[in-house]
Amino acid sequence: MKPAPFTYYRPTSLGDAAQRLRDGADEGALVIAGGQSLVPMMALRVAYATELIDLNALDGLGTPRVEGDSFVIPTLTRHATFHDTEAAPAPLGALLHGVAEHIAHYPIRQRGTFGGSLSHADPSSEWCLVTATLDGTIHLLSADGPRTVEAADWSDGPMSTTREPDEILTEVHLPLLPGNTLWGFYEFNRRAGDFALGMALCVLEMDGDSVVAARIGLGGIEDHPRRIPEAEDALVGQPLDAASIGAAASAAMQAVDPMEDTTTSAGYRRDLTGTVITRALEAARNRAPAPAETA
Amino acid sequence: MQDQTTPPLPQDHNKPPRKSAYIGRAVTRLEDRPLVSGTGRFVGDMDMPHQLWARVVRSAHATGRITGIDISEALEMPGVVAVWTSKDLGDLPDIPFRATRIEGLGPYTQPCLAKGRVRYVGEPVAIVFAEDPYLAEDAAETVFADIDEDVDPILDARAEPGEFAPGISTAPLTLTKGYGDTEAAFAEAAHVVELDLAIGRHSGIPMETRGALAAWDKGRERLDLWGATKRPHWNRDRLAEMFGLSPSQVALHEPHVGGGFGIRGELYPEDILVCLAAMRLERPVKWIEDRREHMMAANQSREQQHLIRAAVDAEGRLLAIDETLHHDQGAYVRTHGARVADMSIGLLLGPYRVPAYAARAHYRLTAKTPAATYRAPSRFESTFVRERLIDAIAARTGIDALELRRRNFIASDEMPFDRQMTALESDVILDSGDYVGLLGKAEAFCGLDALRTEAAGRRARGECVGVGLAYFVEKSGLGPSELVRLTVQPDGSIEIVTGAASLGQGMETAVAQIAADTLGADYRACRVIHGDTDRIAHGWGAHASRVTVMTGEATRRAAETVREKAREMAAALLDCAPEGIEIDGGVATCRTSGASLTLAEIAAALDPVSPRRGDREPGLAAEAWYHNKHMNYPYGAHIALVVVDAETGRTKLDRYWISYDVGRAVNPAMIEGQIVGGLAQGLGGALLEEFRFDDQGQPLSVTFADYLMPTSAEMPDCQVQILQDAPSPLNPLGVKGSGEAGVTGSGAAIASAIDDALQRPGLVTRLPVTPQYLKARIAEYDAARAEGSE
Ligand SMILES: Cc1cc2nc3c(=O)[nH]c(=O)nc-3n(C[C@H](O)[C@H](O)[C@H](O)COP(=O)(O)OP(=O)(O)OC[C@H]3O[C@@H](n4cnc5c(N)ncnc54)[C@H](O)[C@@H]3O)c2cc1C
Repeated sequence: MKPAPFTYYRPTSLGDAAQRLRDGADEGALVIAGGQSLVPMMALRVAYATELIDLNALDGLGTPRVEGDSFVIPTLTRHATFHDTEAAPAPLGALLHGVAEHIAHYPIRQRGTFGGSLSHADPSSEWCLVTATLDGTIHLLSADGPRTVEAADWSDGPMSTTREPDEILTEVHLPLLPGNTLWGFYEFNRRAGDFALGMALCVLEMDGDSVVAARIGLGGIEDHPRRIPEAEDALVGQPLDAASIGAAASAAMQAVDPMEDTTTSAGYRRDLTGTVITRALEAARNRAPAPAETA
Repeated sequence: MQDQTTPPLPQDHNKPPRKSAYIGRAVTRLEDRPLVSGTGRFVGDMDMPHQLWARVVRSAHATGRITGIDISEALEMPGVVAVWTSKDLGDLPDIPFRATRIEGLGPYTQPCLAKGRVRYVGEPVAIVFAEDPYLAEDAAETVFADIDEDVDPILDARAEPGEFAPGISTAPLTLTKGYGDTEAAFAEAAHVVELDLAIGRHSGIPMETRGALAAWDKGRERLDLWGATKRPHWNRDRLAEMFGLSPSQVALHEPHVGGGFGIRGELYPEDILVCLAAMRLERPVKWIEDRREHMMAANQSREQQHLIRAAVDAEGRLLAIDETLHHDQGAYVRTHGARVADMSIGLLLGPYRVPAYAARAHYRLTAKTPAATYRAPSRFESTFVRERLIDAIAARTGIDALELRRRNFIASDEMPFDRQMTALESDVILDSGDYVGLLGKAEAFCGLDALRTEAAGRRARGECVGVGLAYFVEKSGLGPSELVRLTVQPDGSIEIVTGAASLGQGMETAVAQIAADTLGADYRACRVIHGDTDRIAHGWGAHASRVTVMTGEATRRAAETVREKAREMAAALLDCAPEGIEIDGGVATCRTSGASLTLAEIAAALDPVSPRRGDREPGLAAEAWYHNKHMNYPYGAHIALVVVDAETGRTKLDRYWISYDVGRAVNPAMIEGQIVGGLAQGLGGALLEEFRFDDQGQPLSVTFADYLMPTSAEMPDCQVQILQDAPSPLNPLGVKGSGEAGVTGSGAAIASAIDDALQRPGLVTRLPVTPQYLKARIAEYDAARAEGSE
């Protein structure tokens, strides 16, 4: 478990980092952010880098801010930033807090970054789920200049994104949420801190008892997290009750194309889809995150 | 937590309590200071000048013929000193196993590097020696073995056997045990209950992976090896044989160890290769296993399939048991031979009276990492099987599961109870036990009635909550022998040298308590030296809860002799009768005059050149042996309260209780620690941990992301009740072992609790109960129930 040889470069400006990546990307240069995914993969020699371009010395990439009606999350923002409910304006702050608690373990959350999670694009990444559910915008920079990608266009396969090898993810923009938002999150895994086997995030705009707009995102089930429109349609215009929750869950179960692996069958994941969506919606209905089963 | 101090032995109330009454007290562990202050020395911390690093190239194929291994690129790489394949090893013998009367395993031993064929993924095929571990790994990555996958891997012990080698079957032997007329019993039975059960492959995963550092002193022709613990003397003797050296030319040293659990410290290919390289390359050689290697190279354990049948009379009394098991040994026979399979059938019956028994264990080789013992070997498995059977009989007969156990327990007045069988070539004679008594105490300890009421109430409110109980008999104190040399040093410190080993279990403290208590000294004055073949001629290491029994009793005997020597010398010096001398707290006092001497002063008087010594043997020291042909049998019960998420299939342990009779508790806090730690491993095996393989024999569990260890978040609150109602008659202190007690009953108790939570008797038929398994099993069970067959 010793990585293969690589060189190490620590740029102090984003422009320099982008140029360095342009120069080295073809040979296999990679950026390193929190290192919580990349370092173990290199130690196992399932990932190789000719050069590591370390983003950690770059200024201004670690603190989120509000810009107009967006919440801007610079790439080096650590998962642990959202241990604080007020890191983002309400109700988004509570949502990000409620989700962040499910990412890995406390020490990993101190190092792992928001941008690293999006770039790594694990099917069970909570931040990918949040970004997909809220239709965030991903900002990239290369030696040619900036570019943006909408969340729905981000993934192009399991653990693969539409980011070019010479592009650096700089920020993710999420919409601020209106006050009449109800949200709920539920994650299922076998042990505390594990990657989710299945998880759902729902963000609902309410008019009185009735759902006027619904976002339902699902992660860990398909090869990347995404919104499930069939489930959303089952809710809009309905009161948030057992019947509409059940309808949304079964619509999602029919709509998904679950992954199958040696441990977990597609059928199990399909069942889990219904469970996590139901429990996330129930959590929304209770106006509080679901009782953390595994936090 | 319990009251930490077990009841003292009856004392004369007119006397003040002895300062040195250490046995039975939860004194602080002696060995912890370096471990908690970061000053421990593990093999990974050790380096020698000019040392080389070894890196093993492992097979990527589960089975096949080796058609070529290309090492040319590696040899050219900077810093690479040598690369070996099997043809470089000359006539180095295969790795031996501990001889037993079981015959037929000879052809199945593992060569240090694969010869001609590979038989599991992870098998060493080549080894690289380089100047640093990075270079060694870079070079190892360039070594390719061409493998012709000429046959399909066998991955199921019940599958049709194939060939291990031409003309040599993968089914080397079937062990049988039994007595009585089972056929007649089944013919007359009111009920016959049959179960098909399986336990998944898992193992001990010590926090510290394996490691070895070897050095060859060319001038003096001496080989030193640090790292391979557990059986230092046996390992030394085998290494000497393999290299054609005398045992006096080989020394094994035990550094600190980050967990053993039975799998660490056996002789593995890497230990031998590192020694051979140190001799041939004339430089010290170090190897540290990485976690991925550990998951495919270190001994695995537990995987067995059991078909068990019971014949029962109308009152639920067992008439006979018939058991067929298939033991998945993996690719080679390792140092334990067939011991796990042997114990599985030899110890299966646990606490119950079984008039007739017939058992056969099919020992099968498969294309997986080889197997051997892991903490509570065979007892975790057979307790699961036996207690599932008892639960099934209860369900069938409608008799309460506890009442059924009571009806079938061997009574305390039947002890010692001869099973008329052997296990580990020792007659199974249950030495002592009050099984009914412990069950009653366990029920009271956990408040079983209230628990059942609580579970029923929670079920009524929609939660799936259940209570499960398992009863088990452990075994400990396996001989054959242990030697201890106890010396009071001129500074008053007490050195105790033993050939037993320490894997972190607290043996230094337990041995010190016994020595100090017997001698009348301060236990903190004791230094226990272990695991070093240079310090003592014989030793049997640390395994199977033997150290407190074996080294403990040898220590007691040596301490007794030293105490008598000290009294005699003190009596002469103080002008007092030896019977009038009392030794306590390291001071010998004359009861009549009140005059006193410290043990240090007495030791000084016995110095070889001391004029006061007279004709006495020099030194305040003694050696003592303890030989023991029979194991002793501690026993206990596990009670689990679980909550199942029926929708996802996930099981959570809510609360847990363990009652255990240890005969005599030398240090209750350490026993409790052993038990609670054991439970963590037991729950891993019951719910989480499994080495899985795909249909090509590729291991699927080679990182901690795929092989799930329990964390503190998965551990329930666990209450431990330590009992001393049945001291062992086999040793004067009455002690039995406790290393396995937290593991043994856990699979069975958790399975039973899951059945209860889901109100489906007999639901769980295999471990680990993963969410995926449980959901599929519920569907299968309900379908069978709808058809009327479950
Ligand atoms: C035990 C364990 C449990 C975990 N559990 C979870 C979990 O439950 N949920 C979860 O989401 N994650 C989990 N993780 C992963 C963790 O959240 C990582 O921190 C995260 O996936 C990657 O972020 P990072 O900053 O560490 O990225 P790194 O490891 O530094 O990089 C990951 C990849 O992204 C690329 N990259 C990083 N930053 C950029 C950038 N700005 N631009 C372009 N490419 C970039 C790197 O080149 C690399 O390929 C777990 C990790 C561990 C070790």
